[in-house]
Order: sequence, then structure tokens, then C-alpha cells
Amino acid sequence: MSANLETAANPETLRRVAIDPVSRVEGHGKVTILLDDKNKVHQVRLHIVEFRGFEKFIQGRPYWEVPVMVQRLCGICPVSHHLAASKALDAIVGAKHLTPTAEKNRRLMHYGQILQSHALHFFHLCSPDLLFGFDSDVSQRNIVGVAAKYPETAKRGILLRKFGQEVIRHTAGKRVHGTGSVPGGVNKSLSIAERDELLKDIYQMVAWSRDAVHMVKELHHQNPELYNSFGAFRANFMSMVGFDGGMDLYHGRLRGRDENGNVLFDGVDYQNYTQLIEEEVKNWSYMKFPYLKSLGREKGWYRVGPLSRVQNCDFIPTPLAEIERREFVAYSGVMPMHAPLGYHWARMIEMLHAAEMIKDLLHDDDITGSELMTSGERGFEGVGVIEAPRGTLIHHYRVDENDLVSMCNLIVSTTHNNQAMNEAVRRVAVQYLHGHEVTEGLLNHIEVAVRAFDPCLSCATHALGKMPLEVEVLDQTGQRLSALSRGGDGTICDG
Amino acid sequence: MSKANPPSFTLDGKTIPFGEGQTIIQAAMDAGVYIPHLCFNPEFKPHGSCKLCTVKADGRQTASCTQQAKDGMVVESDIKEINDERRALLQMLFVEGNHFCPSCEKSGNCQLQATAYELDMMSPHFDHFFPDRPLDASHPDYLLDFNRCILCSLCVRASRDVDGKNVFALSGRGIKSHLIVNAKSGHLADTDFSGDDKAAHVCPVGVILKKRVGFATPIGQRSFDEQPISATPHPVVKGA
Ligand code: SF4
Ligand code: FES
Repeated sequence: MSANLETAANPETLRRVAIDPVSRVEGHGKVTILLDDKNKVHQVRLHIVEFRGFEKFIQGRPYWEVPVMVQRLCGICPVSHHLAASKALDAIVGAKHLTPTAEKNRRLMHYGQILQSHALHFFHLCSPDLLFGFDSDVSQRNIVGVAAKYPETAKRGILLRKFGQEVIRHTAGKRVHGTGSVPGGVNKSLSIAERDELLKDIYQMVAWSRDAVHMVKELHHQNPELYNSFGAFRANFMSMVGFDGGMDLYHGRLRGRDENGNVLFDGVDYQNYTQLIEEEVKNWSYMKFPYLKSLGREKGWYRVGPLSRVQNCDFIPTPLAEIERREFVAYSGVMPMHAPLGYHWARMIEMLHAAEMIKDLLHDDDITGSELMTSGERGFEGVGVIEAPRGTLIHHYRVDENDLVSMCNLIVSTTHNNQAMNEAVRRVAVQYLHGHEVTEGLLNHIEVAVRAFDPCLSCATHALGKMPLEVEVLDQTGQRLSALSRGGDGTICDG
Repeated sequence: MSKANPPSFTLDGKTIPFGEGQTIIQAAMDAGVYIPHLCFNPEFKPHGSCKLCTVKADGRQTASCTQQAKDGMVVESDIKEINDERRALLQMLFVEGNHFCPSCEKSGNCQLQATAYELDMMSPHFDHFFPDRPLDASHPDYLLDFNRCILCSLCVRASRDVDGKNVFALSGRGIKSHLIVNAKSGHLADTDFSGDDKAAHVCPVGVILKKRVGFATPIGQRSFDEQPISATPHPVVKGA
């Protein structure tokens, strides 16, 4: 039913409610809702401004600059862009196989990024909703509130994130916007001192990550009606999986499943992604809507990110996370889990996996090796794919004979999830807003649904309860009837 | 009273001896004292254009890279008045070109950036010009990114005076000045420029770049990660 909420039949007769989180950096998200005079929902759209300008900006730049430059796409997961670009450009320098030291240091950087991003998302942004309730007292519903009531949880969240950032700093040179990965390899490996410093804390991080999985699992078990139904919709899944079918967030092949969990395609070399995915443009959104060509635009849209990955792989190659994956799969039963709130559970399983991978890599002698670079026959086109914290990230470049980029195409995780997030927001609007006066608590339900996907909007990085929101209720003639706004300090005021 | 031998002047209160014909900055460098500078390089004849090296000598402002040292002179360099002016000059250099440090491979090895850090430049202050300056990627081994040129003329001097090639020249006047390549096509590929030239290694910023090796030095090991530009009288930059 939600598909027909994309476009209302007679929009001019309806009131328009806009949830407009103001953004300062690279993304901007807005939800618009059309209501009739009985507050029945007729149309719901999530709009996200995307970074198409960047693809133009990259054109004409020397290719070796790109892995550093593309990090500016995003202040939240720069490492993912850094690595996806490097992987694409490995093909330009003919680096078919990196040295073990290079590949393992890149992986370490990547798992550091997964760990810090997942910790930030869960503890800082989402735990206030989950611990206090979606329409709980707004003055408490933030990380400061969590720190007051659950100090140990808040402390762990902060330290997990910090540890992930330290992994990034030691591999990339800086916590944000480093330079560690270059086409053909890396510019440094871990020193013995850096390795030992990380080893000191990694066991604690693994233990805390496991506790975090248990915490979110517990929440799910305590309130299955809410957790299984909130904004739930059925959809296809897509992610990269390792060559052996296990979870591999750094490298592998593309696999897709339908809503029943049946494999749609498998073993697809991502160099051929354009044969798999088409991007649709809709006149009401700046962000494209990708879909699987074989299923067409109506049925071919899909979901990426933790919920897809944990259910798409055959196993997770680290023991503690694998135990949790099995429990997750058993809980959802014969059908895959489609509930957006399931993302949190899956995300914490991945965080545990990342912590375990970091531990293993720190014990691997290659990580401190000295063979950093490889090269081979010069290429002119390359695609790099990585499973970023939010989902599949595709970078595609062509480079001319003078070494300048002539074409760049990026499909970021949030774009893959565009249709899925719209679906979730529509379900929640129908479940909670239908027939009610709009309140801050109800608005937060919409936000909770969007946040479950961890979309890479700059607004999603605002601490929860601090996202500036504006809601206007307009009549048919566009006259403003009432308005509600929430300031950066979390206070609500009329008008 | 007999005169002290050798002759000397004071720089911010410190006694600096100097030899025959030395400029203030040369004597300061020999004594291990840093005076901010961009277009000066001790290996080349001074050009006196950037004015970063301006000091107050006996109360009058002058470019220390062209001003001869005089016995008993009182020179002030590291003072607020002069540093404020140097900062403003830097800010103008930043807005005249397109200096995007975060993705520039010279970051950490760039004298313009390091000097800006040294002089606590916190913002560009002026409106950006955003000039349109296309890259020259024609040469197989070297790239020219004119966006970052500060017109110091070091490459011009190096190519003419050391390499004997005259690959580069400054063209235009005033705000319209720009660096050109001396070839009919205007392309580096159509000159006899080579990576062995002195001119390939003198650019204090990120214009003349060896291709395909950017970002080879990790953060933490670049020239100005290890020590600020003021730690040496004239910086020796890695990978230059
Ligand atoms: S290219 Fe470099 S060395 Fe030549 S004038 Fe410009 S800034 Fe100076
Ligand atoms: S260094 Fe003296 S004017 Fe440039």
C-alpha cells in the first residue's frame, strides 16, 4: 500500500507537513507529508540532496589525488570513500593483487572505520530512542540523558568509537581525512609500537562489542511487537560477500536475495555493476533510485547495509559474531528479518565482527611488514566496491592517457537505500501519524525510522534530539495554519 | 673604541655577524635564524617579489632578501606589526589561487602552508578569486597544477640560470601575472623539461609535481609534521 503513498491523487486539496532537518555539511534530508483535514496521510516523501557535484569536481584531476579528495564527500565515513577509490584506482596502476601488508593494513583501517561508525550510530544517535522510548521526554532523549541514567553504556560507546578512531589514525595517519591508502597499496604499515598500543585494548573492545549485541538483542526480545513491526516492509537485499560466501566487508562478489531470502544473483564481479543496477531519476528527488535491472524499477529496488549483510552471507568468519549471526537468523525464522529496527541488532553483530577482525589482524605479522606497493600494466578504467558502514559503496573511474580522471560515477549506500527509506517512512507515517495531531513525539517516530538505516546525511550526525526540525501545517491555499519547530538545543516552540 | 670584527647587526635583539655583501636574510640563515620567506631560496639570486621576508631595519620596512646588511643595524622581524602584514600577504596568496590543502599532495611539505601555520593564519579573510587555471598534464612524467602557483619565479630562475633551458616564464602584469610554459603550444610536453632539471625540484608549493607518486609519505613523516618551518633557517623539503 505504501507505493501509492509516493504520489497523492489530488495534492492541491491536501495540507503539507514538512520535516526539514537543516544541514550544514554534505547532505540535507527532508520529509514532506500531505494530510487531509482529518489528518489522514496521502503522500510521504523523503528527499535527500546528493553529491552529484562531486563527480564533476573530480573530473580533470590527477587520479592519485582522488582517494584523498573523495574523503571530503563525507565527514562521517571518509575512510570508506578513501578505500573504495583506492580499490578502483588499483586497476589504473595495474595492481591486480596487493601485497599482503598493503591489503591487511587497508582492511585494518576499514574495520576501524566500521567499529567507530557503528559505535557512534548506535550509542550516540540511537540508544536514547531505544532506551527511553520514541516519544519519551525530549530533554532526556539524547546522549547526555543516556550518560546520566546508564553511565557505563555511554562510557563504552565513547571508548569503542575512540578505539576505532585510533585504528584509523595509525593506518591512515589521521583520525579524519588521512592518506594511508594509495593506488597500488598503502604508504605505511603499522609500526610495532602502534600495534602494541592497539593490542592493549582490543580484548576489552571485543568484550564490550559482544555486550552491545546482547543489549540490543535484549531490547528486541523485550518488545517484539514494536521491534518487528515498526516501519516494517518487505524488500530485496544486496551486499558484497566474500568469495567463499562468508561476510567480507572489504572485498568479494555481489550477491542479492529476494524478500523470501532466495538468491537472486550471486558471484557477480562488481566491475560489471552497470549490468546489474540501473539508476532511476524521479522529478521530486535529487537522489537517484537504483534498482536491479533484471527485476525492473517496480520490483527491483533493494536494501543494503547491516540488515542485508548479516542475512546475505553464509557465515561470519569470526567465532563470536558467528554465534550472534546464528541467533539472529534463528530469531527471524524461515523468513528473513525485514524490520528496520533489526538494523540495530545486525549493526552490533557487525561491530563485534569488526572488533574480532582487528584483533586477528593485530596478531598477523604481515600488518607490520614493509612491502607496501605493487603495480603492473597500466589500466584506464576501474570499479572499486566496499561494504561501508551504511552499505555497499561503488566508485567507478575512467582515467585518460595523461593520468587525469575523465569520468567518475559514485553510488553511495544511502542512494541504494533511497527507496527502502522512503518505504519505512511511509509505513511509520501510516502507523503513527494517521488521524493524529502532529506532535514532537510523533515526528521523532519518523526520525527513528530514518535513523535505523544510518543514512549518511549530515543531519544524522547531529546528536539526537538536537536535529533542528521544522514542521509547517499549511491549508490548500498554502496558508500557514500552524508550525512547530525544534531548536538546536532541543527546545520546542510554536510559531 | 675599536669596531667589533666581523661586522654585525641585531635581529630581534640577537647579534648576527655578516660577511661582505650579505643580505639580512643570508646572514640570518648563516646564524641559524629563520625569517619567513617564500620567493627566496639561498641557491638563487633574490627576486624580492613576495615580501614575506619584510623586516624593519632601523625603523624602515624593507625586504630582507634584497637589503644588504649594515654594521650596527637594528633589525626587527618577529614583531606583531610585521607579522600582521605577513599574514595579510599570505591570505592574499591563498585567495588569489586555488589552494585546497586537504587534497593537495604537497600538504605537509608545502612552504606556503607551513608559513601560514607559522604565522597563525586561521582563515583566508579575503574573498576567494576562484581563478580558472587548467592543469597541464601533457608531460609523461610531470604535472603542472597552476592553481597553486604563487609566482615566486623560482622555477623560472632555476630553469634559466641552472638548467639553461628557459622552460618557464612569468607573463602578464600585476593581478594578471601568471606562469607560462615557453612552448608554442604552451604545453610542458613540447619543451625539453626533464625530471632531472633543477626546476623540477624548487617549487615551494604544489605546482610542479612528479606524476603518480603523490601521498607516498605518510602523515607524521612529512617535512613540516616533524618540525615547524621556523625550526630551520631554510626548509629542506622532502620529495621536492
Ligand atoms: S610554479 Fe612554483 S616555483 Fe614556479 S613560480 Fe609558481 S610557485 Fe614558484
Ligand atoms: S622572500 Fe624576500 S621578497 Fe620573497
